[in-house]
Amino acid sequence: MTIEQIQQEINDEFSIYEDWMDKYSYLIELGNDLPELDAKDKNDQYVIKGCQSRVWLLPEMKDGKLYFRGESDAVIVKGLVALLLRVVSGRTPDEILGSDLHFVDDIGLKQHLSPTRSNGLVAMIKQIKLYAVAYKKISE
Amino acid sequence: MTLDIARIRKDFPVLEQQVYNKPLIYLDSAASSQKPLAVLKKEEQLHLQYYGNIHRGAHYMADKATLDFEAVRDQVKAFIHAGYREEIIFTKGTTESINLVAFSFGEAFIHEGDEIIVSEMEHHANIVPWQMMAARKGAQVRVLPFDDAGRLMIEKLDELINEKTRLLAVCQVANTLGTVNPVQKIIEKAHARGVKVLVDGAQAVNHLPVDVVALDADFYAFSAHKMFGPNGVGVLYGKKELLDQMPPYQGGGEMISEVSFEATTYNELPYKFEAGTPNITGVIAFGEAIAYLENLGIAAIAEHEHRLLNYATEKLMEIPGMTIYGTQPDKSGVITFNVEGIHSFDLSTMLDKMGIAVRSGRLCADTVMQHYQVSGTIRISFGVYNTQDEIDQFIAALKKLVTMLS
Repeated sequence: MTIEQIQQEINDEFSIYEDWMDKYSYLIELGNDLPELDAKDKNDQYVIKGCQSRVWLLPEMKDGKLYFRGESDAVIVKGLVALLLRVVSGRTPDEILGSDLHFVDDIGLKQHLSPTRSNGLVAMIKQIKLYAVAYKKISE
Repeated sequence: MTLDIARIRKDFPVLEQQVYNKPLIYLDSAASSQKPLAVLKKEEQLHLQYYGNIHRGAHYMADKATLDFEAVRDQVKAFIHAGYREEIIFTKGTTESINLVAFSFGEAFIHEGDEIIVSEMEHHANIVPWQMMAARKGAQVRVLPFDDAGRLMIEKLDELINEKTRLLAVCQVANTLGTVNPVQKIIEKAHARGVKVLVDGAQAVNHLPVDVVALDADFYAFSAHKMFGPNGVGVLYGKKELLDQMPPYQGGGEMISEVSFEATTYNELPYKFEAGTPNITGVIAFGEAIAYLENLGIAAIAEHEHRLLNYATEKLMEIPGMTIYGTQPDKSGVITFNVEGIHSFDLSTMLDKMGIAVRSGRLCADTVMQHYQVSGTIRISFGVYNTQDEIDQFIAALKKLVTMLS
């Protein structure tokens, strides 16, 4: 599936929930299911700091594709990390750089994309694209 | 006197709405209080009937706006029991009031090697301006600590103050811990050693009666938007003899007496510190906020809020894993807490989806977070319009979320 198709799939999954509580319950479920990182990986090298929560994001390049692992100390943000990884992990740097990540907006969680200090989602997306640029350079 | 809260709520139409299809419960008044109709109507009336730039125009509207603007200065003077109207300086908020003192007092009185004391429980607005000033002047910022219960350790003042200390900055009510500090005693101790005191009254003015002369505060700063007034309006009270010795903070219109390229002379107080066109609408509407507050009576408001504070504290403590930060008997307005094993961001996000507005995160008080070694907290705070029923709904929501998120 393309990045676009996965975003559509996520949108379909969330569209069955009409109530905000249900949407967030699902997000929490996704967060709880996200595999935990080793304590040693949760260090300053990989941290993205928001005002209220922290996110760790670890890139790995394998066979021309970029894989990510990630976690957050807040479970809702963990849910967002899980969705984000589902969309971008295992893609080529070019795919990532050419993508428009609109799914968070589509599923009605846009406030998490607003450039406030409330969490690091904007910073996360920026970091993913920066990694893509860096690994693209290395592989060229 | 007991307040009729149901009637008071009618003055705040913004409260009667649904967010995310749930009735709004606003528990974030310490961040900003909602505005009563009288304040909103005044803003509208000014714009529809007599808006003009103050202190300048020789026309009807400018004159009327000037009179109203200056009348609010008298109202503020009476509200905080200041001695002179020229000791009341309008700013854009507590933050600007403190920055003004940090700059102008710093220029006049702080020299290399001097010391400033700030408390550990301050809002960033009462820490960073002093750090900036200290860096500029080669001075040093020292810290007055608090204990785990949220009590300022004022017995440490005797050793903290030395012959280099020039100023002490402290809040009257802490924005995270809710602690009501014994500022009168602190000021006495500081003055006995020749140290000036700035009091951050942002969280105090709508909860307790303030008398700057009785306190003998050298500077007292607060914001209109935490006491039913418009945002973008603040007050700096300063003792006349100090303000007179301080250079202007910003240059521009209004603050000058005469300008030439050879020599510019400055206006007298309070205009010396009010460069540029002020927030005319905001200040005039602020007058309505003060009148509203005085009409309800600060003692009656405090009593109501205290009842809510005690009730909510009692109910919160029934929740397993609950930690409340700041447990002083003399406490006002706010409860900051965490539930063990649950991230404050998750709790506040879900509370929001249930229609309940709270503050979460580091609360502009990193040093308090560092004291308790937490990365964030939840804070609820009360206004006169909050009810016991709202607390019950908040507690029920919280209990549900604790189960969901554990």
